Amino acid sequence: MSKVPADLRYTKSHEWVRSLADGTVEIGITDHAQHALGDLVFVEVPEAGRSVKADEPCAVVESVKAASDVYAPLAGEITAGNPQLAAEPEVVNGDPYGAGWLMRLRPAPGALAAAALLSAAQYQQLLDSEGD
Amino acid sequence: MARQTPLFRLHQELGARMVDFGGWAMPVQYSSQIGEHHAVRRAAGVFDVSHMGVLDLRGARVREFLRQLLANDVARLKTPGKALYSCMLNERGGVLDDLITYYLGDSWYRLVVNAGTRDKDLAWIRERARAFAVEVSERSDLAMLAVQGPEARAKAARLLPPAEGSTALTLEKFVGRELGRWFVARTGYTGEDGFEIMMPAADAVPAWRSLNSLGVASCGLGARDTLRLEAGMNLYGNDMDESTHPFESGLGWTVVLVPPERDFVGRAALEPLAREGSPRKLVGLLLEERGVLRAHQRVLARDAAGKDAGEGEITSGSYSPTLERSIALARVPAATAGRVQVEVRGKLLEASVVKPPFVRDGQSQI
Repeated sequence: MSKVPADLRYTKSHEWVRSLADGTVEIGITDHAQHALGDLVFVEVPEAGRSVKADEPCAVVESVKAASDVYAPLAGEITAGNPQLAAEPEVVNGDPYGAGWLMRLRPAPGALAAAALLSAAQYQQLLDSEGD
Repeated sequence: MARQTPLFRLHQELGARMVDFGGWAMPVQYSSQIGEHHAVRRAAGVFDVSHMGVLDLRGARVREFLRQLLANDVARLKTPGKALYSCMLNERGGVLDDLITYYLGDSWYRLVVNAGTRDKDLAWIRERARAFAVEVSERSDLAMLAVQGPEARAKAARLLPPAEGSTALTLEKFVGRELGRWFVARTGYTGEDGFEIMMPAADAVPAWRSLNSLGVASCGLGARDTLRLEAGMNLYGNDMDESTHPFESGLGWTVVLVPPERDFVGRAALEPLAREGSPRKLVGLLLEERGVLRAHQRVLARDAAGKDAGEGEITSGSYSPTLERSIALARVPAATAGRVQVEVRGKLLEASVVKPPFVRDGQSQI
């Protein structure tokens, strides 16, 4: 059974979004996603300063088995990529909602409100319907 | 509906993630693919390989038949129990399958063929066996476990009665023997020492549980794939198939062209290639940058002088848990040497050309 923290919001493509105090958001992949991928061996995160559109592929997570794109849950400017993951991609498996965050982003004006993010309960329903 | 091995319910009980492999429902991993990989390199792991086909061939002319059917020469098998790795080719020299042949007696050989090709193989072999009055029986009554790793033989031998266990430990590499109800062979597909054990289907679940209780890790097809890739062993359907021949698949060493009068299927197509050299070859690649090599990525080859040598393609690629970097097998132009570039997700990354294996008996060969 995957963990779905109540204080985060989610996408149908299994990213999570955390609102930070400075108005930026932190983004990662969910416990369900890391488990489905298996042991991660390569993570590529975007560089600070890059502008992304909603649903644009902006990071790559690769397990032994397969490569998978990570999509921007909302439009904005990347403020940081997690620098630890180049050397230690397995951190995403071990702590997907904490040390395994992928990127931070400053939302474009109105982007947070416009993004169709799921609540924890809604995301849990999605997982249940996928048979997790 | 995918076919199930006698261990299907046990895999589910052990929490395996099941996938379809060659029409069979097989465990891809139990907990961690990398953990299972390391268990085999450092201690011991057990794989369910019951999906592979076991064919018994019997008849007075069975050796003569196999000398025509296979590109390697079973006449090399002099002592009962000895195994031989070979390609079975079509008339164009394309690889129908790669298989292991055990010489069990002058009128009895056993073949172990791939899961995805077993039905096709069976039809091909039966059609040709008739002329030699060779009887082909599929041993669907048997399960097969591969126990692999530096501690594998000692642990697996404890499942046998003491006298038979001692005998199992005297088996030389690439030799198998019937020990009671089991056929135990010192073979494998991981680059580690170990046994492959064929046994009545009803023995498989208790044997697996006993191995687990001796500390042998349950391992899935995911770990099997990274282990065989590190060992530089081909996977049928990835690294060779009916459209490729042994000389461009790293398997020239299994093609025996002497004596010239042995007219095996595919020989006529291979002779010019043997004489003039194959325009393509299979090499190992070691990624020199961060990223992961995957099957079907494009390879931009260079020759020994660093000049453009044309294009090739990765046939198998993954992350090597032992080397902690990405490795691959690639089919490239014959002149390829030194370094190549691989197109990985839109970027060109540098890779070194190396001679497989990458890892043997737990040690890096790079």
